[in-house]
Amino acid sequence: MAGKTVTRADLCEAVYQQVGLSRTESAQLVEAVLSEIADCLASGETVKLSSFGSFVVREKGQRVGRNPKTGEEVPIAPRRVMVFKPSSILKNRINGRTGGEGDDD
Amino acid sequence: MIKSELVQKIADANPHLYQRDVENIVNAILEQVVSALARGDRVELRGFGAFSVKKREARTGRNPRTGKQVDVSEKAVPYFKTGKEMRERLNGQA
Repeated sequence: MAGKTVTRADLCEAVYQQVGLSRTESAQLVEAVLSEIADCLASGETVKLSSFGSFVVREKGQRVGRNPKTGEEVPIAPRRVMVFKPSSILKNRINGRTGGEGDDD
Repeated sequence: MIKSELVQKIADANPHLYQRDVENIVNAILEQVVSALARGDRVELRGFGAFSVKKREARTGRNPRTGKQVDVSEKAVPYFKTGKEMRERLNGQA
């Protein structure tokens, strides 16, 4: 695959170009947006960003895992994980289509 | 929390900005992520997580209602892997 990696710096640049704030302030706002989303998820709440997708927090129960190297059984404690559910618009864009209709699996 | 609530929170914390600007900021960020993935690039946001695109091979599926076989063509799906710091925060360790 294409191999390029987009980072915070690219997001800051986009905000700088499109909104017309200083670079410093653009960077601060990118950070503010990310940490607002992270705080919300850390509190267990779902974050829904229309036309992008949603981040959902799920509770995982305890289960027995295995150390793949030694074959030893180890208990995996119950924990919380977050999953990203892409919107159909995002899925279509990735497949070179536009719009939000189409397969929704 | 939905997008408008996110915009509202950021706007409340930055009274010198118009709500319109904050909306544009949030949309610019999301659009960068979407267009990167559409190009097949990865998006890595340290401490939060990373978005990437995974290829799914063409396969023969079945209509679960009728049991009829259908050809499912090759496609790409977005994938998100939670960052280390975020994973720890979800479990109250950070």
